[in-house]
Amino acid sequence: MELYGTEIASRLMLGTAQYPSPSVLAEAFRRSGAGIATVSVRREAGGERAGTAFWDLVRELGVRVLPNTAGCHSAREAVTTAQMARELFNTPWIKLEVIGHADTLQPDPFGLVEAARILTEDGFQVFPYTTEDVVLADRLLDTGCEVLMPWGAPIGTGLGLTNVYGLRTLRAQFPDVPMVVDAGLGLPSQAAMAMEMGFDAVLLNTAVAKAGDPAAMAEGFARAVEAGRLAYGADPMEPRDMAAPSTPVIGRAFLE
Amino acid sequence: MKITVNGTATEVRAETLAAVLDELGYGDARVATALNEDFVPATTRGETTLSPGDRVEIVAPRQGG
Repeated sequence: MELYGTEIASRLMLGTAQYPSPSVLAEAFRRSGAGIATVSVRREAGGERAGTAFWDLVRELGVRVLPNTAGCHSAREAVTTAQMARELFNTPWIKLEVIGHADTLQPDPFGLVEAARILTEDGFQVFPYTTEDVVLADRLLDTGCEVLMPWGAPIGTGLGLTNVYGLRTLRAQFPDVPMVVDAGLGLPSQAAMAMEMGFDAVLLNTAVAKAGDPAAMAEGFARAVEAGRLAYGADPMEPRDMAAPSTPVIGRAFLE
Repeated sequence: MKITVNGTATEVRAETLAAVLDELGYGDARVATALNEDFVPATTRGETTLSPGDRVEIVAPRQGG
């Protein structure tokens, strides 16, 4: 999978938040095989040094980092956050979140497009967290985004793919754009479904971090993503309403 | 002068952003800064002078999804 010219081996991307401990986080990453970790920036007090400790932990994971602008509610806030993240993490990659609704954490499409345009012009490689809306996707691509990250369901819900029709339409409309289903996945079967539909990767956090055994769940997702991708590439059969015997009918012994 | 640092009213003696970071104990911490909602690169903190009432944000790497 190629994202902004960078070859990424794993199609599973993993967040770094909400794990019970740093060691569980590290073990979950090891078993997930994820090649990309999402991270964020937050206020730090003088003398705190929590950022340095976390940065050391992330570097030991040996993965690429994708900083986010989580929690930003305006284009301006997201742009400033992205600029601070670029300096802290030394990467032009930014997972752009501009939140428009408190209860659903649904992206604000207008702020998202505005921020994506500003950041792309400033040299960022933007991964916009978006909905399945094809018009919004088109506008984001117009700003220079080369990757899209449509939601499966609202962040942290674990509901899976709540609008399969919309996601299928989005995938079909832009067959050559790398797309990562981001947010809302709760189970490996849901990730497999996204991959079977032709999405290029999935990004999750809560489903792994909040599982009783995060490392086992991480490996479960990794296998599901691989299974779904294999199935997508294997040209699945068409479903049909009536039964069709799989065992040959000819040659069956007629026993009365 | 009185400024706001990470949302908290703070009295500082320093006049530049770089000096404020030193005064507040950030030292060699891995942080990024913004002044009145605009990003200030590390390389320009020394020449960024502050005025009373300015809003300074100081952030560091954290866990994220």
